[in-house]
Amino acid sequence: MAQNNDRINQALQALREKAAGQWREFTGSTIPRIHIGMATCGLAAGAQETRDAFEAQLKKDNIQAVIHPIGCHGHCYAEPLVIIDHPASGLPPIMYQKVNEGKAVMLVKNFLKGNDPLLEHMYGAMEESDTIPAVMLFPRFNMEKRVIMDKCGRINPADINEYLALGGYAALGAALSLAPEAIVETVTASGLRGRGGAGFPTGRKWQFAAQQNAAEKVVVCNADEGDPGAYMDRTILESNPHQVIEGMIICARAIGAGRGVMYVRAEYPLAVKLVTRALEQARELNLLGQNILGSDFSFDIEVFQGSGAFVCGEETALIRSVEGYRGMPRHRPPFPVEHGLNGRPTVINNVKTLATIAPIIENGAEWFRSIGTEKSPGTAIFSIVGHVLYPGLVEIPMGETLRSLIFDICGGIPDKREFKAVQIGGPSGGCLPASFLDTPIDFDSLTAAGAMMGSGGMVVMNDETCMVNVARYFLDFTQKESCGKCTFCRIGTRHLLEILDRITKGQGKPEDLARLEWLAAAVKQGSLCGLGKTAPNPVITSLKYFRQEYEAHINDGVCPALMCRDLIAYYIDLDKCARGCDACVGCCPTEAIFTTANRKKGIDQEKCIKCGECRHVCIPLYNAVGKASPPGTVPMIEKPKVPVKDND
Amino acid sequence: MLTHATVEESQKLEAVRSRLMEGQRSRGSLIPILQTIQKEMGYLPAEALDLVAGLLNISAGEVYGVASFYNQFRFNPPGKHQIKVCLGTACHVRGGDIILENFERKLDIKEGHTTEDREFSLERVACVGCCALAPVVLMNEKTHGYMSPSKVEGLFTQLEIAKKKSESNKTDGSE
Repeated sequence: MAQNNDRINQALQALREKAAGQWREFTGSTIPRIHIGMATCGLAAGAQETRDAFEAQLKKDNIQAVIHPIGCHGHCYAEPLVIIDHPASGLPPIMYQKVNEGKAVMLVKNFLKGNDPLLEHMYGAMEESDTIPAVMLFPRFNMEKRVIMDKCGRINPADINEYLALGGYAALGAALSLAPEAIVETVTASGLRGRGGAGFPTGRKWQFAAQQNAAEKVVVCNADEGDPGAYMDRTILESNPHQVIEGMIICARAIGAGRGVMYVRAEYPLAVKLVTRALEQARELNLLGQNILGSDFSFDIEVFQGSGAFVCGEETALIRSVEGYRGMPRHRPPFPVEHGLNGRPTVINNVKTLATIAPIIENGAEWFRSIGTEKSPGTAIFSIVGHVLYPGLVEIPMGETLRSLIFDICGGIPDKREFKAVQIGGPSGGCLPASFLDTPIDFDSLTAAGAMMGSGGMVVMNDETCMVNVARYFLDFTQKESCGKCTFCRIGTRHLLEILDRITKGQGKPEDLARLEWLAAAVKQGSLCGLGKTAPNPVITSLKYFRQEYEAHINDGVCPALMCRDLIAYYIDLDKCARGCDACVGCCPTEAIFTTANRKKGIDQEKCIKCGECRHVCIPLYNAVGKASPPGTVPMIEKPKVPVKDND
Repeated sequence: MLTHATVEESQKLEAVRSRLMEGQRSRGSLIPILQTIQKEMGYLPAEALDLVAGLLNISAGEVYGVASFYNQFRFNPPGKHQIKVCLGTACHVRGGDIILENFERKLDIKEGHTTEDREFSLERVACVGCCALAPVVLMNEKTHGYMSPSKVEGLFTQLEIAKKKSESNKTDGSE
């Protein structure tokens, strides 16, 4: 055994030394390095065009520099994000935000060719320095604690050597020299709870699977991140796939599995591509496959693409879909750890759970317990989107309050608007009002408040968001995604949706509220899986905390947040409208805006589709476009019989 | 709606078939096989379902039952340009439905349909995971963030320009 351990360590040491050598060469050279965030959100913001512009300009100016594609830092508001590391300038690496093609050209010309780092465009320095404020001093960086995302945005996800160079696969080496029971023990002692949402203790799940007496066992990574508004799993797979793979291998070793399945949504093509490549590279280095690193342990992972069914995030449904059937959940027990994929004991863990394994093995259970709260140790990643100044991914220790997350880290609500609610946990979660802002974020506190951790999606809403409308949106989603197996879920959600639909159109009846409550409770009770059991949550919480909004819709035909399109109308305030300004006319998709006799503007309510584009483009100085509810209350503006020409 | 493949497509399907004959043929490979066919053909024609049924020795109805359960599979050909409007939560609170309506009005089709000339097809997707850039639209796999009705117009103008450019290049080449 001892001799075997030596052999494993030697094999791993050789891989790591080679990788570290390459990394030293890369970071030690004086050639400037341009790191560009090229995950999906970076690409959506134009990172490819930025990269092309850098390449073209470098060639044009005949400058030698390395372009280094990296994953995502989680700072989606700043994409495309570029870090320029120019050692010869004597400056620390500098992060620039929103680097479009023009900025890329300027940076090459001024910084790499000239000596001006264009500090007016920077975000901050990546290291502390005397001359430039470091990003670590900003709350967005300072208050975060990165365990899972530690290497995200630092390495090229397509190169296994960069992961190895920064300490990757060290935990696997350690795990291979441990007895399987010792690995399970460490994970149990760490108190890690499943990050997929339910928060089941991971160690216990592994222990059940390890105890099963079966010739073949399976490890499944659940990356079917179907929650609208959540994308942390995608980001991890696109920024650092090896940390997840390493977690899977350690899990396989702990429970004695020989087969692994990475279940990734087909809607994430880049993640599928990068994971597939990462698996190939791991196989090449014998980190996967037969007799891993010379040990007696063999394990391999295949990628399975999910085909767009939200319910397949549920583990029994996921298994059915890998087996080639409709992804419908079934009764538990038997649990997948006893009877899973093709009848074999199967551990299904979320991407984030698996990505946490390597740091735990490396640093120990005590270390992990020192982060977060007693009952929810460790960190949590949230994707915070909607009406916040700095949307993106944030990794924080469990137990931080919602207030510090939304206001201190993410900059609060933009456009001088008020915070109204935060929707936590996707379609299965709930909407919490401002009175819950001091709730600590952990599994139990959120559940007690009526929401849930879920996958970690958070949608922040300002006072212009109608809670009835949002509840209707989620019901529409769950109703479409219900697999149809349980009557309550299939028909109950449909009825809930129909009632909400009526209310948002101003056709609600006073008895609707009681009916909603009754039906929500029934669907919760009568459904088999998590989808149906949690589908009514948005209705229940919004009824509880925002009842007056429902009543305004039903009793007065008014949408107080001015969001439900059947209950509002746009108008132009003639006192504020500027003579001859045409901003709103040009953008109106239905030509509903006309010029009045005194060359100001009016809206033809018949033609208006209430897209709000005119309000959006109206110059802030005038701020002449308003909304009102109910629609009958808008000031009427007479449309001239003969069209008025603008150049009269 | 199930559509039958054209002659050209049938040939393509035959090529896929011979490739699939070599691969794994267990029930567990059903979804990957359907994904392969859709990747090649853009959709699953009626013949494809028969073919898969034959390969795996199950009924075509069973294959259809599985395929129709998943949002990814389509049974009519997509347009040349595929537009997917994201209607995730973040996109919803930022007006994604208005963007979808704009496309519907502009193309004169409802979501889930293809224009008569097969130039455009329009779909809604639950979430593409670019929530920070909401509202988001995917056009031919390229993501466009911060959409607005006027940007919808802009996308069509861009396509128009690209089309004209390639047409003028073609005429240049033939001369």
